Amino acid sequence: MSPSPASEAPAMNPRSYLTEPATGFRSWALTRDHKRIGVMFLVATTIAFALGGVFAMLIRIELLTPGPTIMDAMTYNRLFTLHGVVMIFLFMIPAIPSGFGNFLLPIMLGAKDVAFPRLNLLSFYVYLLGATVALYGMIHGGADTGWTFYTPYSTTTVTKVVPILLGAFILGFSSILTGLNFIVTTHTMRAKGIGWMRLPLFVWAIYATSIIQILATPVLGMTLLLVAVENAFHWGIFDPARGGDPVLFQHFFWFYSHPAVYIMILPAMAVISEVVCAFARKNIFGYKAVAYSSLGIAFVGFFTWGHHLFTSGQSAFDAGIFGVLSMFVGIFTAIKVFNWTATLYRGSISFKAPFAYFVGFLFFLVFGGMTGVALATVSLDVHWQDTYFVVAHFHFIMVGGVIMAFLAALHYWFPKITGRTYPEGWALVAATLVILGFNFTFIPQFLLGNEGMPRRYFSYPERFWALNVASTAGASVLAFGLVLVLGYMLISLRWGKVAGANPWGSRGYEWETPSPPPVENFEGTPVFTRGPHEYDEEAVASPAHVNAVPEPKHAS
Amino acid sequence: MQASPLAHHFESLEKQTHAARLGMWLFLATEVLLFTALFAAYGVYRFLYPEGFAQASRSIETWIGFVNTLILVTSSFTVAMGLDAATRGNGRRTALLFAVSVLLALAFLGLKAVEYSHHFQEGQLPGRFYTFEGVQAPGASLFFALYFLITGLHAIHVIIGMTVLIVIGTRAGLGAYSAEYHVPVELAGLYWHLVDLIWIFVFPLIYLI
Repeated sequence: MSPSPASEAPAMNPRSYLTEPATGFRSWALTRDHKRIGVMFLVATTIAFALGGVFAMLIRIELLTPGPTIMDAMTYNRLFTLHGVVMIFLFMIPAIPSGFGNFLLPIMLGAKDVAFPRLNLLSFYVYLLGATVALYGMIHGGADTGWTFYTPYSTTTVTKVVPILLGAFILGFSSILTGLNFIVTTHTMRAKGIGWMRLPLFVWAIYATSIIQILATPVLGMTLLLVAVENAFHWGIFDPARGGDPVLFQHFFWFYSHPAVYIMILPAMAVISEVVCAFARKNIFGYKAVAYSSLGIAFVGFFTWGHHLFTSGQSAFDAGIFGVLSMFVGIFTAIKVFNWTATLYRGSISFKAPFAYFVGFLFFLVFGGMTGVALATVSLDVHWQDTYFVVAHFHFIMVGGVIMAFLAALHYWFPKITGRTYPEGWALVAATLVILGFNFTFIPQFLLGNEGMPRRYFSYPERFWALNVASTAGASVLAFGLVLVLGYMLISLRWGKVAGANPWGSRGYEWETPSPPPVENFEGTPVFTRGPHEYDEEAVASPAHVNAVPEPKHAS
Repeated sequence: MQASPLAHHFESLEKQTHAARLGMWLFLATEVLLFTALFAAYGVYRFLYPEGFAQASRSIETWIGFVNTLILVTSSFTVAMGLDAATRGNGRRTALLFAVSVLLALAFLGLKAVEYSHHFQEGQLPGRFYTFEGVQAPGASLFFALYFLITGLHAIHVIIGMTVLIVIGTRAGLGAYSAEYHVPVELAGLYWHLVDLIWIFVFPLIYLI
């Protein structure tokens, strides 16, 4: 595979994708290298994350007092809409699949690139176009409908919804193109020695994600287009006055948007499966179970959308069926959770930052998942419907899960992507702040919701004051932690210690190539002789494996 | 482009062909789902307003839809013949047959335009623009909203398909493909068959039932 000599001091790969074929702006803007496209996606989604985070902080500051604090009600409505749209469509959906997925998936398959490199670049520009259109809509008017665009409000509001709808529509195509590319790549580009049962678990989960992206996103695109048509021309499709059915919109919207939460969380699970093996230094417990449960989630996810319509006039029978089907997701998720924790058993755990985020992920996933099963119970849901309980549940499992996995991935693969390491001590401090801050932000919201505070309200009775202050305080800690991460990551880009090919001693395929990887990913044509998570036979199974360098070479 | 159709990141032409075919089929799946949303909306509203939909459906000219169906099916046939010619390495014949298909597609669009102008004259228009006297049953304006959305989206696909046929047909005529390598002809054909197939569903939904 990669016959680089195991020299003592790790050196930067002189032939890395960062320097070849060129370094100018043009070479990046017109690149077809999946690694560069992945990095561009990472930069773009991180900017979106920061933007959405600023909106979130403004919302929390506004909710610091029961009445108006720093803005009027209309601005508040626009802000929570923008927060939702930016975080979901610009950050959570593309961040891990389009960012890390693009960078890693072909390397993990031993391929030189994705199957359709030009389509891949197009996907990035479609993303930029969609983001631009949506941001234009936000600056010129902004929508006040919430990210769900429920009709009939979204078709009658005075705010300008259409550009934001079109922006989300365009972003959907970016998602489809990436998903299509990944499926074809996984089918046709695997190197010698990588059968389906030797695919890294990251690839399995991204593959499952891609299936959802392909099958669900077109329906969302059509739905958003219908709302835009309705808003602009009043054709009556969702307008009860002209015979239209607003609830049909909800069916269409959630037919995509419920599977879309698995577009967000499956890639997070993809990252976690890799991280847990690398930092417990153990084979994954139950490879097939983890792999197939991703497909299970993708499949069942298509039959659960009705749990968003428990209080929308759906029959009790339908609601019951959708409730039970929703709980199936809990089964598949539990399969993963048990396998991850079983992997830890008798592992040799090194508590680095990615592992800290794994622990955070596990907590948010389990706690958020349990509240999810509770919410899937119709009688309980009627009580919690449209309260902060739902907000807190969603943020725990989705946002908590995605952010934990995103940060775990960022730390774990930072040496591979940049060739340098981050400061481990600072990273652990930041991880602590982020995880604690996240809990302090959303646990009060569970309590608020249970007491009946509705979501999306601009003002609230004084009895909710204390918990809202607690939530805002938690959000500040969270924000501080995230800024800290951004700070040391930016510094490490330039001044971080040189990492070497495999600073973690990981057995993942991507660590067998130099850091940063060369343009063609591997020196020569790779042939793989072992599975991706095999820690049993140290340095026996793989003759070419480079990590004779002892592991704790870097800071702290 | 280049002399060899094999891109650098594939190890063999066979794998590249496999990838291209799989990619096309997945893309077609997304296209089907795009229309599925509209068909589902049609189903729901037909269920809610059976009478309005039935009357509105009878108020439009079935013969135009019927002729258009024949035209599209014929164009699919000529595209298939074009692919057959391509597998034999006869690029000029492919170009000729694709040109016939494009002409048929133009005829389809022409008839569609005639039909649309009728609707505009009669006031058979969606939502608040609906002024048609002939059908007063509730749901008729929704029928025309869906009618214009479905046939409009289909017409856009016809135009895209024509463009694809023109580009690939021209390249075939210039000898870009051979009996060994003609995947683009095959994929263009697949896309055109999909456009045709969707119409096969649209025709009975809009005109017959």
